[in-house]
Amino acid sequence: MQATTELPAKSAAAGVPPSAARRVIVCSGTGCKANGSEQVYAAFTEAIAAAGLPVVTEFKHEGHEGAVRVTKSGCQGVCSQAPLVTLLPEKILYMRVTPDDVAEIVRETLGAGRVVERLLYRTPVEDKACRGPEQIPFLNRQTHVVLRDVGYLDPENLKEYISLGGYEAARKAFTAMTPEQLCAEISKSGLRGRGGGGFPTGRKWEAARVQPGPKKYVICNADEGDPGAFMNCSVMEGNPHSVIEGLMIAARAIGADEAYVYIRAEYPLAVKRMRQAVTDAENAGFLGDNVFGSGLRVHCELKEGAGAFVCGEETAMIASIEGQRGMPRPKPPFPAQSGLWGKPTIINNVETLAQVTRIIRDGADVFRRVGTATAPGTKTFSLTGHVANTGLIEVPFGTTLGEVVFNIGGGVTDDSGKVTKDCFKAVQIGGPSGGCLTKDHVNLPLDYDSLRGVGAMVGSGGLVVMNQRTCIVSIARFFMDFTQRESCGKCVLCREGTKQMLVLLDNILEGRADETTLPLLEKLAVAVQKGSLCGLGKTAPNPVLSTLRYFRAEYEAHIFAKKCPTGRCKALVKWVIDEEKCKGCTACVKVCPVNAISGEKKKPHRIDSAKCIKCGECVNTCKFAAVVQGA
Amino acid sequence: MELTQSRPPAAASGPDKFDSVCAILERYSYQPAKLIPILQAVQNEYRYLPEGVMTYVATALKVPPARVFGVATFYTYFALEPKGKHVLRLCDGTACHVKQSIPILEALRRHLGLDEKNKTTPDMLFTLDTVACLGACGLAPVLMVDDVVHSRMTPAAAVKLVDKIRTREQSAN
Repeated sequence: MQATTELPAKSAAAGVPPSAARRVIVCSGTGCKANGSEQVYAAFTEAIAAAGLPVVTEFKHEGHEGAVRVTKSGCQGVCSQAPLVTLLPEKILYMRVTPDDVAEIVRETLGAGRVVERLLYRTPVEDKACRGPEQIPFLNRQTHVVLRDVGYLDPENLKEYISLGGYEAARKAFTAMTPEQLCAEISKSGLRGRGGGGFPTGRKWEAARVQPGPKKYVICNADEGDPGAFMNCSVMEGNPHSVIEGLMIAARAIGADEAYVYIRAEYPLAVKRMRQAVTDAENAGFLGDNVFGSGLRVHCELKEGAGAFVCGEETAMIASIEGQRGMPRPKPPFPAQSGLWGKPTIINNVETLAQVTRIIRDGADVFRRVGTATAPGTKTFSLTGHVANTGLIEVPFGTTLGEVVFNIGGGVTDDSGKVTKDCFKAVQIGGPSGGCLTKDHVNLPLDYDSLRGVGAMVGSGGLVVMNQRTCIVSIARFFMDFTQRESCGKCVLCREGTKQMLVLLDNILEGRADETTLPLLEKLAVAVQKGSLCGLGKTAPNPVLSTLRYFRAEYEAHIFAKKCPTGRCKALVKWVIDEEKCKGCTACVKVCPVNAISGEKKKPHRIDSAKCIKCGECVNTCKFAAVVQGA
Repeated sequence: MELTQSRPPAAASGPDKFDSVCAILERYSYQPAKLIPILQAVQNEYRYLPEGVMTYVATALKVPPARVFGVATFYTYFALEPKGKHVLRLCDGTACHVKQSIPILEALRRHLGLDEKNKTTPDMLFTLDTVACLGACGLAPVLMVDDVVHSRMTPAAAVKLVDKIRTREQSAN
């Protein structure tokens, strides 16, 4: 293996000091931690020391040339293969590393410069081994801006963030730029809110800037409540200072001296890292009474959410920070005019603020180089569900759905996890407020306007891929169940309407629906959209309307034929044993929890439908695919 | 302060815990705006929000008890019933849902004798709940046991995990 002095792609521009040349980076995002990356980290420091090599776990510039640095990082992206370990300078990425593998990695790669083949990523279809991020299609087809240093830098180390150019943008904002210039630069960049709405950030700032002071507030919306989305979580875990820096710039731009981070309590690691980042920034004198010697003060406080999806809505979040129930109020007045404690307030999403940091550091023109004219820049998505490579991705706006699912995602998988041709059914985008996309949309560019055109939305960026075995009606029910539980109860149509929509969907799924159900469901959906105050209610019917638009036949099969085409809806399924396929192995008899299956050994068995609870255990157990849906 | 007469009934709190409620209120300077962090801290102490304690918090903050109850019932984080020693939180976010989290929920409920209404085992060892998303969607389906996230769960693996905890608890007693 040839030694290379080239720096890793992710930090090439940022100038990693030469002492960082030999480095072992263990991912410690939520996913990798869940798979034991802490133990892997401990094993590395021990094994390297045992091998007689000097180890440094702290970030130090000098005096440690030749030492192996073992550090933690935020999400390295390929969450499906956790835990991940990156080795520099060779740029090798090892997957599913266990503490037992560590001695071999130290001996082979660190000691002898050889690659441990069995720990490399293998492409899902061709089964080709890939050495590192540059060879892995999932990673090399992405464009990292917000995620550039996530997965590389040590998130708990302010010094390293500074060494990569950190807090330069904030310094520039406080010492060399006026609030007008900051608002103008963000407007020029065309940055739109990454939290879902897509409102131009520059315009929001300008509206708050022109309000009379002196008291104004900025809030970072880190209440990522969309089930199936974890982009903001990963950014906060992997590069918390980039968010704090963006928040400081926003404060400077509108003239605020108090900042809040409203963060989801269900993300304990992100809470911990953000809290530490605030403390470190305070101790370094970046946050405080005299920011960068400008004489201006900015104080930052963390507020943990208490589990209410509606608090992602701006006015509900403000109520929650004030210690009230998180219920939205009508707009106008907009928070930019009258927000927290009645003062001008802006609320920006985590990713928006991380983008702000990069825009002020690199300039609006650099930001606009990728993306589309109306949606410049990049967007992070969490790619999950039935797809070969699940994980965190960042691509320019305008990237097609097909590129994301098939090239980056590596294709759609069946229930056993194998990539299978033609089993792509739909992608749910934008969570409970969004809609679904089908194989007709493979060439659709992902951006705010094109998605709105097909009845979906970017939302916060959750992309859940579903295969042919997924019942689309039960997915619509899943989202409806979520929104009806999360409705704050203020608007009657949202509170009662979502509940009734759920009842109608249950009727469909359990065989009680008739020809009046769908028209009623559609009528109610429109009423809920029109009669709700905030985004939650206005968008709650979207999953139903969008799945009805593309999968109406599947709804109708449930209603009229009383059949679920995927066989997943228990109430509509009748399992029978195909006598020709059954070998009489008795495996199903053993797993049936209600003793509904009978038959002699080596002779075809039968299911007593009166006893059967339709749990599907026999279907999963049968090796001969003999348990089938009856007529 | 003149609040001693509204001390919560002894059954709802030991004296040590009550002292820490006072310390929490002190730490937040009796500000009604800090009601949510106060209740969060109180719940960390008791593992749930006893009614008497909520009334005491309301009196101390000089707000109506309805305001405190309103907030406590609005947010899912707050529990008005005591929770089991080990809290099992099964993720039912979209990614976990499409990767079949519900069969895991059903298996755990069956195994622990719980249902949608009864979420805590009679021996107060386990509470089983679902959560909207834990942010580990790449590893779906996931189950959080107390503070540890377990990834790529199956019904059988979840049941085994619970049995392991139960055995550990029994041998500890």
